[in-house]
Amino acid sequence: MEESKVSLLEIDALTVEYRTDDAIVHAVNDLDLRLDKGETRGLVGETGAGKTTLALSVLRLLPERVGHIAGGSIRYEGRELLQMPEAEMLALRGKRISMIFQDPMTSLNPTHTVGDQILEVLNLHFPEMTKQQKEAKVDEMMTLVGIPPSRKTDFPHQFSGGMKQRIVIAMALVAEPELLLADEPTTALDVTIQAQILELIRNLKNQFHTAVLLITHDLGVVAEFCDTVSVVYAGRVVEYGTVEAVFEKKNNHPYTAGLFGCIPDLKDDQPRLHPIAGRMSDPRVVHEGCCFCDRCDHAMERCKTVAPAMHVHKGHGIACHLFENREDF
Amino acid sequence: MFKRKKKSLSEYSMGELVMFRFRKNKLAMFGVFLLAAVFLAVLLAPVLSSYDNVVQMHVKDRFTSPNGSYIFGTDEFGRDLFARVLYGGRISLLASFAIIGIALVMGALIGGAAGYFGGRVDSVLMRVVDMLMAVPSTLLAMAIITALGNGVWKLVVALAVSQIARFSRIVRSAVLTLRNVEFIEAAQCYGCSSLRIIVKHILPNGIGPIIVSATLNLGQTILSISSMGYLGLGVASPTPEWGTIISENKANIQAYPYLGLIPGICIALTVMAVNFIGDGLRDAFDPRTKN
Repeated sequence: MEESKVSLLEIDALTVEYRTDDAIVHAVNDLDLRLDKGETRGLVGETGAGKTTLALSVLRLLPERVGHIAGGSIRYEGRELLQMPEAEMLALRGKRISMIFQDPMTSLNPTHTVGDQILEVLNLHFPEMTKQQKEAKVDEMMTLVGIPPSRKTDFPHQFSGGMKQRIVIAMALVAEPELLLADEPTTALDVTIQAQILELIRNLKNQFHTAVLLITHDLGVVAEFCDTVSVVYAGRVVEYGTVEAVFEKKNNHPYTAGLFGCIPDLKDDQPRLHPIAGRMSDPRVVHEGCCFCDRCDHAMERCKTVAPAMHVHKGHGIACHLFENREDF
Repeated sequence: MFKRKKKSLSEYSMGELVMFRFRKNKLAMFGVFLLAAVFLAVLLAPVLSSYDNVVQMHVKDRFTSPNGSYIFGTDEFGRDLFARVLYGGRISLLASFAIIGIALVMGALIGGAAGYFGGRVDSVLMRVVDMLMAVPSTLLAMAIITALGNGVWKLVVALAVSQIARFSRIVRSAVLTLRNVEFIEAAQCYGCSSLRIIVKHILPNGIGPIIVSATLNLGQTILSISSMGYLGLGVASPTPEWGTIISENKANIQAYPYLGLIPGICIALTVMAVNFIGDGLRDAFDPRTKN
């Protein structure tokens, strides 16, 4: 891998566990991820693959007492986040790293006007700005996300879902952060609004040079929107690379290939789609070999015992024994 | 002609909106009016009557029905019921507000800490509250008064302690339901500290049920003080208190119904007024009832 420059976000061997009374749930296992300045990376995987856990780990907002970061490191601009004092984390959240949640219906406080909620981010992080400057910034931000500033004295319940998500985006980007964690920002919206919201995030991202980690289970969104993609399965990255390399569909991890098999292809006249057999492996079980081997068509004997290493070729990484000695992908 | 510029609804702040909606509620305004009238009468007691009349016995005039010189009539000792009801109201109202105030603050501290911090803090605090709840509140109050002795302020302590458990539970559940709401998580994500989250995001959303239950309990507390007075605990005769007045006249109520009716009506009107206000506040605090 090209290690010459320091990436914006570097996650190495991150392991996150949820410890409940009954069991330890291994949500994220030994996960590596890199994100450069201005890059848009898609994080794809099934429900329960650990995508949201990863985002919350970066902000150090895992559920208290239950969620534990058991190992690894998360560096932001070369600084270790896992050892950062809480006071510095407070200053980082919202100003340098923001997050957008899946459901805009519930991520706004119903008792404050939307203008106040955007203003609060400025109050928290820019105490040196005057009231007029802050108000002007709120107006500017609302205009940017396509809501007339005259509506800033309205309450969240007076807006539709798509408009609320625009407000949420305005809150997330008003401090012009370097990194935006977008956790399925369009899943709760209908398809026509989805495209508008993605377009809006793309425009603002270009304007503010924000790096985006787009968490989604929609490969179409990734192809449309991202530069690079990481495919996550059972808390591990099984494949990463540029969108072009991965979506070429020539050389893929069997899991990624399985995901592609679940999408109807317009050019191909398939009578049936090919869903991946079986279910997501139990996150309470620690795998000795490959976590995907139970569902894999190409599983070999050693897949059950030896965990595959990440095999990288021209920035395209696949964690599978099938690609061990291949130089051509 | 100067025409007052009318603001559109969206220009009002949250507080203004709550007041606006509350004022539109006729029953709630009636409650405010009624409670204000009771307060005014009680505050003006020295003007309308005097404390001498509370204890002074006009034996000649005993059991006088309400008339010009004794507005509410007199009891079996010939004491002026009007003065007794006015001064009694002072104790009833002051004590009930003090009780709710103490219980609310203590309950908010205990319930808030338990709900927000969770874990061991929650377990320990809630087990203590459970123990308090296992004893019926009247029985608990009676036990405390028996231990402390009679007196208005001892009654206040006893009834407040017996209500702390209830408020702790209400505040805790309000905090708990809000703690995991996504906008609280979002607030953490844009850098809010715990204290700011509690004050700015949890309290305004949870204040509705807390205020409503506080006002509804206020009515209940006025009744509790009166029942304790009726049982001879807390406020003892000859110090007047609405429940005590009914209690000391209970032998003569059948023959002279006004002796029970007048203090009874005072209790009922005050409790009703408080309940109307509580309901009005609940509706006003709920942003979804906005029109």
